[in-house]
Amino acid sequence: MLLDRLEVDPATFTARTGWDIKPEGACKGEVCVPLPAAARTADGSLDVPVVAARLGMPVVGDEAHHVWALGPETAVTGRALTTAVAPDLTLPDVDGRPFELSSLRGQKVVLVAWASW
Amino acid sequence: MWQELRTELHPQGLEVVTVALDVDAEAARPSIEAAQPEHPSLIDQAHVVDELFGFVNVPNGVWIDEDGMIVRPAEAAHPGVNPFTESFRKVDVSTLPPDVAEVLIEARKIRTDPEAYPAMLRDWVAHGAASRFVHDPEEVVRRSRPRGTAESTAAAEFELGQHLHREGDHQAAIPHWREAHRLDPDNWTYKRNAWNFEDPGRQGRTDAYDGCWFDDVKKIGAENYYPPLVP
Repeated sequence: MLLDRLEVDPATFTARTGWDIKPEGACKGEVCVPLPAAARTADGSLDVPVVAARLGMPVVGDEAHHVWALGPETAVTGRALTTAVAPDLTLPDVDGRPFELSSLRGQKVVLVAWASW
Repeated sequence: MWQELRTELHPQGLEVVTVALDVDAEAARPSIEAAQPEHPSLIDQAHVVDELFGFVNVPNGVWIDEDGMIVRPAEAAHPGVNPFTESFRKVDVSTLPPDVAEVLIEARKIRTDPEAYPAMLRDWVAHGAASRFVHDPEEVVRRSRPRGTAESTAAAEFELGQHLHREGDHQAAIPHWREAHRLDPDNWTYKRNAWNFEDPGRQGRTDAYDGCWFDDVKKIGAENYYPPLVP
C-alpha cells in the first residue's frame, strides 16, 4: 500500500489491505487482531506504524520522494493467505475501466496472472 | 489460450480472469487485443496479486468458488500446450550464437505438464465442491506460500519502485527493485518485470541488477522454475 503520510483513514486502509477496522480490532475473514488505543489518532485516522506493527506489516520509506509503502501482513499465519476468503480486488482493464472481482460471485473463477515479459 | 478454455468451460459456470503483471500497462495491450477476450482481462501494474494470493511467476493461478472462497491457492497455471514455447524445443541450437544457445538449452529444462491444469479445471467444473482438486479453507491457507518480513518488505519495495517509475523517475525505481530481488529471490515477477526494462525480451546481464534470467534460473535449475502441481 502506498502512502504519502504515516496516517491513513480507515476506509482507504481497508480498501487496499483488506483489513476491516472494527471495535474488536483489525479483521480479515474469520481473523481479528486487537488494536491498542494508540492505533487511532485524535481525528479518527489510523496511526500507520502502530497498526503495521500489530499486523507485522513492514513500512518502507523513500524519503527523497516523500512516499512510503506498507507490505502485506506477516502476523497471524505467516503465509501469503491470512484467510481463504477471497479478497475484494478491483483492477482496471487495459482502457482503465475498473473491474471488481466480487462481481463474479455465483460463478467459479480461475484468476490467472500473465505478463508481456 | 485462456479464451479457448473459457469458451469451453464458461457455459458450465467457470469464468476466467486474466491479470497482466505489467508495470507499463500499455505493454499488455497487443496481446490482449490479439486474444479478443470475452472474459475480464485486467492490468496489475503494482503486482498486487503477488501480495494478495502469493503469486511468484507467470502463469500463476488461483481458484475462487461461487461463495467467494479460495479453493486452490497460488500455483503454476499453464493453460495447455503453448505453441510459442513448443517452437523453442524444435530450434537447432547449433545455429544460434553461444550466448543465446545456452539460455535456450537451460530454458528447455523447464517442466510444465501443460495438460494437467486444464484437466483439474474440467474436473472442478464437473464436480464442484466434490472435486478432489478443491480444498478446505485451512488446507488452502496451509498450502499458500510462507511469507515473512523479507518477502513482505520485498512487496513494499516493488510497489515503491513501480510508483516512482510511473511518476517518471525510472532510475529511482531501480534501488527499490534491487532490494525486492534481494529480499525475495524466489519471486520471478519482481525480477523479470524489472530486468525487462533494462534488456527487453532477453532479461540478460545488465549493470542495473546483480541477477538476470539465465544466471538466476541456472542457480536453481530450470527444472525447478515452476514447482510441480500438488493435486
